[in-house]
Amino acid sequence: MIDALGSPSSLLLVGGTSDIAVATARRYLAERPLRIVLAARDTPRRSAVADELKAAGGTVEVVDFDADDASSPASMVAAAAAGGDVDVAVVAFGLLGDADQLRTEPAAVAQLAQVNYVAPTVVGTELANLMRRQGHGVIVALSSVAGERPRASNFVYGSTKAGLDAFYSGLADSLVGSGVSVLVVRPGFVRSKMTEGIADAPLATTPEAVAEAIVTGVRKGRHTVWVPGAMRWVMSGLRHTPRAVFRKLPI
Amino acid sequence: MADTALLSTTAPEPPRVPLVGWGRTAPTRAALTPVHDDDDVRAAVLAATGRGVVARGLARSYGDAAQNAGGTVLDMTAAARVLHADLETGLVDVEAGISLDELMNQFVPQGFFVPVTPGTRLVTVGGAIAADIHGKNHHVAGSFASHVRWIDLLTADGQVRRISPESDADLFWATAGGMGLTGVILRAQVQMKAIESSRCLVDTDRTEDLDSLMTLLTETDHLYEYSVAWIDTLAKGKRMGRSVVTRGRFAKLDELPAKRRTDPLKYHGSVKASVPDVFPPGLLNLATVAAFNEVWYRKAPKKKRDQLQSIPTFFHPLDAVGGWNRIYGPRGFVQYQVTVPFGQEEAMREVLDRLSSFGTASFLAVLKRFGPGNPGMLSYPSPGWTLALDIPVMKGLAGLLDSLDEVVIAAAGRTYLAKDSRVRPETFEKMYDRLDDFRAVRKRVDPDGVFTSDLARRLAL
Repeated sequence: MIDALGSPSSLLLVGGTSDIAVATARRYLAERPLRIVLAARDTPRRSAVADELKAAGGTVEVVDFDADDASSPASMVAAAAAGGDVDVAVVAFGLLGDADQLRTEPAAVAQLAQVNYVAPTVVGTELANLMRRQGHGVIVALSSVAGERPRASNFVYGSTKAGLDAFYSGLADSLVGSGVSVLVVRPGFVRSKMTEGIADAPLATTPEAVAEAIVTGVRKGRHTVWVPGAMRWVMSGLRHTPRAVFRKLPI
Repeated sequence: MADTALLSTTAPEPPRVPLVGWGRTAPTRAALTPVHDDDDVRAAVLAATGRGVVARGLARSYGDAAQNAGGTVLDMTAAARVLHADLETGLVDVEAGISLDELMNQFVPQGFFVPVTPGTRLVTVGGAIAADIHGKNHHVAGSFASHVRWIDLLTADGQVRRISPESDADLFWATAGGMGLTGVILRAQVQMKAIESSRCLVDTDRTEDLDSLMTLLTETDHLYEYSVAWIDTLAKGKRMGRSVVTRGRFAKLDELPAKRRTDPLKYHGSVKASVPDVFPPGLLNLATVAAFNEVWYRKAPKKKRDQLQSIPTFFHPLDAVGGWNRIYGPRGFVQYQVTVPFGQEEAMREVLDRLSSFGTASFLAVLKRFGPGNPGMLSYPSPGWTLALDIPVMKGLAGLLDSLDEVVIAAAGRTYLAKDSRVRPETFEKMYDRLDDFRAVRKRVDPDGVFTSDLARRLAL
């Protein structure tokens, strides 16, 4: 259960080895011990993350999850729920993809759409069903400012995040009255293993800052958060920039 | 299609509604099912899904005790009759949904007061037993369950068992203070207290700091039947713990002024006004609350003796304002209530000190001395000091209260489940040494865990 002051007793991290997921777990553990379910592929990194979170005081369970496997979301959510209620679920998996490859290779585009859009919507539906039965819970979805107005430099990635964002924003409205809420998180450029080797964009942020925004957003019952907060106004401006100008911006 | 629905033998499931406690935090959805008699309760309990059942009375628990996310919550307030009353002995048999308010309305004019009342009379008898509530007379009279002769409890198998301290002591003392987790309390026999008048004789004292307060209560509490102190939590430094102490007892007939002797048991408890649900968050801030507390302390007499007060004025000042919990705004509030044994006064001082320097915009805190406890496995009162204060939800509060819990545990103290909405399960384990006995009783009478609540899930009870 999430208590009166917004502290959950259990946390499901889908894409549990992502930097933002791990930072979120650390941030919660800094306050209180809690049950953490790491849903990810069985990799050495998953074991390392599990060990780290155990050492930080968490009761850690690992559950297999593969975004390429259509049957994975259902079995993953069922396994996560077997150990008790899921109070907060963070949907944190995704790929950035290679922009050059994505411009020309249909298979790469299909793969990115599967991992960044199709799988998150299936996971979201499974989580919503679970939490409706529970009568409570919060789903946190990692969107991106890239979905706000796709740019030529990474429009495939942007389009998948636009779809994900629309799905979870709509899911939030469809869950009103069920006791379940959805928090859509829209970070800007996050310095993480996903963006390793890429130069910082303006207003670049960190997994820790995103984790902070998630914990605060859940606590306050927010529906949308931008990280950093100023991104909201920047993107609002960009959304209304004429196309001819937008295309030429160095972003 | 309509025909099939009409022929169906099962009633349609009630729609899920959001439920909160008195603190208006952490809402969850459950099927709120009104029940009128034993058959209604039995049907709901036997039809329970995996998310279980819990009973709900007037919802004065601050936290999640009467919530059950995704499951069934029984609205007990429709079964609220007096079944039998013996005006010689003061023993009354009542349905669990009756409120202490209604008991007072019916029995004060006949010369009987409830054995124990908390700061509000808007609680049900079922809730009073489930939380084993206490009042200003704990130091002499103990808590509510000590005045209950028997309970009719509907357990998970659908059977109604009459339990008493003599017949099934374990189940009785797991149910008293058991937060509704052993079954549904249907009826109980309560020993009322004989009174000659409906007026209290009240002494008021002002103390300048915590030391003088504790000394005063220690030295003279035994002279009074009812005793409580209200502390200004915003007073710092030398004035920390400054307070107003009110203590009293029911007046005897010959102590009333002549004009009141013709109708000595006249009683009227009523809600005078209600708070609208329009308060913005943060209305109660340090400035407004400090000003209130200053006026409240200054207007109290330094020392006053034998003042006649009505029952509502002396026992339930906040009940005059309906829905006062709304003044904390939509974010809600928590109540922090803890007790530490005698000899651990320093721990109480530290708790109060840290709350006061954190700058929580809290109205008054209540301090009281408890007398001996009872065998209730999760019953809160035990000999020592109890402190309670309301705190609006604010940044940093979770961490502060967690750290205060550590101080309380180190002093062998505990927190009160009826007020709690945020304690950690590992912390709670350390507070109640009979928790395993409680779990064993639950396992015996409810092996499948039909009775559960948000509180039970949160604390892994």
